[in-house]
This record gives sequence, structure tokens and C-alpha cells, in this order.
Amino acid sequence: MNGVPSSTFFSAPPDWGWLITLYFFFGGLAGGSYFLASLIDLFGRPEDRPLSHLGYYIAFPCVVLSGLLLTLDLGRPERFWHMLIESNTFRPMFKPWSPISIGSWALLIFGIFAFISFLGALADAKRIPWAAWRKVHPPSLLGRFIAAIGGIFGFYVSGYTGVLLAVTNRPIWSDTPLLGLLFIVSAASTSAALMILLAKKSSWTMPGLLDLQRMDACVIPLELIVLIAVMVSLGPVLRAWLNVWGLLLLFGVIGLGMLLPLALYWRSGKRGEHNMTTTAALVLVGNFILRLVIVFSAQGV
Amino acid sequence: MAEPMGFYTDTTVCIGCKSCEVACKEWNQLPSTNGGVNTLSGDSYDNTRRLDGTHWRHVKFIEQFTEDRKDGRWLLMSDVCKHCVHAACLEVCPTGAITRTEFDTVVIQSDTCNGCRDCIAACPFGVIETNPVSGVAQKCTLCYDRLQVGMEPACSKACPTQSIQFGTIKDLHDRAEKRVEQLHQGGEKRAYLYGADEKMLGGLNSFYLLVDKPEVYGLPPDPKMPTRNLASSSWFSALGAVLVGLIGIFNFRNRGASEREETRP
Repeated sequence: MNGVPSSTFFSAPPDWGWLITLYFFFGGLAGGSYFLASLIDLFGRPEDRPLSHLGYYIAFPCVVLSGLLLTLDLGRPERFWHMLIESNTFRPMFKPWSPISIGSWALLIFGIFAFISFLGALADAKRIPWAAWRKVHPPSLLGRFIAAIGGIFGFYVSGYTGVLLAVTNRPIWSDTPLLGLLFIVSAASTSAALMILLAKKSSWTMPGLLDLQRMDACVIPLELIVLIAVMVSLGPVLRAWLNVWGLLLLFGVIGLGMLLPLALYWRSGKRGEHNMTTTAALVLVGNFILRLVIVFSAQGV
Repeated sequence: MAEPMGFYTDTTVCIGCKSCEVACKEWNQLPSTNGGVNTLSGDSYDNTRRLDGTHWRHVKFIEQFTEDRKDGRWLLMSDVCKHCVHAACLEVCPTGAITRTEFDTVVIQSDTCNGCRDCIAACPFGVIETNPVSGVAQKCTLCYDRLQVGMEPACSKACPTQSIQFGTIKDLHDRAEKRVEQLHQGGEKRAYLYGADEKMLGGLNSFYLLVDKPEVYGLPPDPKMPTRNLASSSWFSALGAVLVGLIGIFNFRNRGASEREETRP
């Protein structure tokens, strides 16, 4: 094919750069943290509740930041609402087959859930005096319902970005159907890491913290398997990573962000709590590099 | 609805005069300063470089010569938006800015577009780019404003060799097929039509007569719709959500179980 491995190599790069990379990172954190918090609320123990609060405290600011980043990235930021409302008829704008369209709505709805749960968590932790807001927080039935639905939206927000990239004609992005899966697994791992990091910074010692770390130790190998599956599914297009991006992927993402944290976790066993902060920080850095490589490596080809 | 209209571009009679580029820029009031780029590209006679937000026509110069340049040929092709019947840009556009007109052409409404640039990544031909002045995605409109008052597009009107022909799709197909036949009879067996067939994105309303492989002209041999990945991608993502969910539940539940065992007398 005249030196190119796929028909996708004739498309033009959309110049999605740092703002979109940051959005993918913070959007993943928002969705993933909310999901983990709801999981702890629905399946964990009452003494782990401060940990679930932490998840909601992360999710809301991250979703607000996500909205800002996306708006700033637009060529015409003042027209951000055109994603949701048809600008000439003022009717709702919704195209279920366009991931950006459905993602805009998901982000808005998730943002509302994240806001409610944020206030609910603050009220539950008695950081704000509005006791009525405790009703929207588990273990109340309403609170469990909100956590469950918000958690599903959270997962959607953290994964649709990968589907969005696949539904284009750019090399790498549209040459594999696995980026959504990769982003979801990565979001879970990153969010668990940030929650661990912030909990350790606050010198919290709730029992759920170890569970979260154990969960991350299960999710990281899964992420590695998915990343390898992505590479295999790319086939001949994989050679688009035979450059500095491939090196970053190999050393920054797989080495620094996956294998080293796993080695630290397994070596320390259950005793080495001092390693938790380092491990979590490595996971965060590795997963940021992952999004950086995915976004930027498809721009230059 | 009016009859589907479009372009048929016979690359064998293009002389590379760039009248189409000039006419397009004049009619559509696009800057002639090449976006402030004053350097020569060094790539044959092509200093337009590519289609983008301010270049809606681009004459490509492909030099096919032997090392000693004693033998060879020029391939010249005036590239433009293909106005696909199944348009990738229109499919993904989240604001509804990209629409299909009554002439079956594809137009970006610049007062609706907010510059998210999804269409740029979606177009398999690399036609669309952001116009730095308007901040929104722009491309050939097939002179929608001229079509509405019964005029033909500026580029085909200006083309001195009838390389770019405008008309109803049906009429253009007839003309193009006759031309391919004529070329075959004359000994140019390599001539074929690119995009006239419905198999390519439902048919391109701007199709080409080429005499080499599509990729030689910088055209994808097998352009596809972006939504081909939608279902598989979504299902894999859902699988990811289930897997991570199960790992989470297992870990939080598991701790409960093991702790209960530890506290058992």
C-alpha cells in the first residue's frame, strides 16, 4: 500500500494535544474514583466510609476540570453548548452513534451525580452542616441508588474516550477496538492509586486501604494484558510506535507504571506499607504517560 | 430535493495551472497568503501542500521519472472534498454543524461548528482542517451558495481543460465511463474511476479518473466509516467495566470473608 500499512494513514491529525491528554487523565480519575467510591459504599464496610468520601472528593473537582479542559480545547469555546443544544432550533442535540455527542451528555449527567455525591460525602463526614444532604449518601436507599447509577456513568465517562478515538479514521486510534477497554482498566488503576496516595498523605489507616492496594495489584496485570492485546490487534500498524513513543510506552508505561509498582507490591508483601506511596505515585505517572502516548503518537503519523 | 450534483475530475487532462485553487479562493474569500507561509515547499510545483481550512482545492503534482529523468510522466490531480454519500465527517459531528444539502453535497455550517475537530480525525481523505480565522472546521462547500442560484461551482467554471467537470451525478458517471472506454481503446489501459462506485462510502459525489494506484495520488485505497469500530469498541469497554467491577467486588468482599475467618474462635 505504497509504504503505509492501513487506509487510516491518509487522514489528517485533529491537533488534539495537551488539553485533551489532561482531559483523558482527569476524566478517567473522575469516573474511576466515583466508581471505586460507590463500590466501597455498596460492598465495603462502614469503617471504610472515609475512603469512599475521598473518592467523591476527587471525582467532583476532576469532572469540573474535565469540562473546563474540553471547553478550552474547542476552536470556539463560547459555543460549547452546541454539543448539547441545537444552536438554530434550541432542541436537544443528541447523536447516539457519535461518541462525542453521547459523551457530552454522559459528562453532564455524571457531573450532576458527582456534585450530589460530593455534597453527600461532605455532609456524611460532617464537614458541612447540612444534615439533609446525608440522605443522598449511602447507606440510605436513595444514597445507594445514586451511588450505583453514578458509578455506571463514572465508568462510562472513563471509557468512552477510548471509543471516541476508535470512531475516527486516524492511525492507531481506529486500528484497534480495544482503547476503550484499556482506558477503563487504566482509569480504575489510576483512581485506586490516587485514593491510596491521598489517604496515606492524610495518614489515614482505614482497613479498606489495603483492599484498594490489593485491588490495584490485580488491575495492573489486567491493564498490562490489555495493553499487549492492543499492540497485537494493531498488527502492521504497530510500526507507528517504532519511535520515541514506543520507547515511552515500553519504559514509561510498562516499566515504570506497571512492572515496577507490581514488583514493589509483591516484594513488600503485606508488611511494606511504606512502599504504598511510591507504588501509587508510579502508577499515576505511568498512566499519565499512557494517555500522552496514545494521544500524541497518532498525531504525527 | 434537487438531483444529486458533484464533480468528476479527469486527472489525465489536468495541466496543473491551479485556476481552480485561485477561483475557489476568490469566490469563497479565502486568504491568498497561504496562511502566512512564504517559503516554497520544495515539492515539485506544489506550494499549497495540502487541503485545509483555507485551501479547499489543492492541485497535486506527482513526478514519476527515472533516475536520469530521460523517461517519465507527470500525474496532476486537483484534490477536493469528496462529498461522500456516506460521509464520515457528518456521521461523527456532535453539534449537527455538518449537514447534507438538497444537492446531496456535504456542507459545514460555520455558525454552528464549535471547533471540536472530530470531523478532521474522521475524514478518511484528510480534507478538513480548522480555519485559523474562524476557529471552526472548514472545507469545500461545492459552492452551495452558487448552486442555490443555479450557477456552477467556481473551480469547475474556471478549469480551462475540463479536468474538473460539474453536473448531475448520473450525467457525470456516463461521461466518465465513456472517457475510460476511450482511454482504454487508445492504449491507456491503466485508466479507471475512483469513487464512482457505490462500494466506496456509498459513492463519492466528487470522483476521479486515475491512471495509477490511489495511494500514489495520496488517496486511501479502502476508505471506511468511523462507526465501523463503534459496536466492537463499546462491547470491549463494557467487558472492561465488568472485569474491573468484579475485581473490585471480589477484593472488598474477600477482605470481609478473611477477616471473619480470622476473628473466628
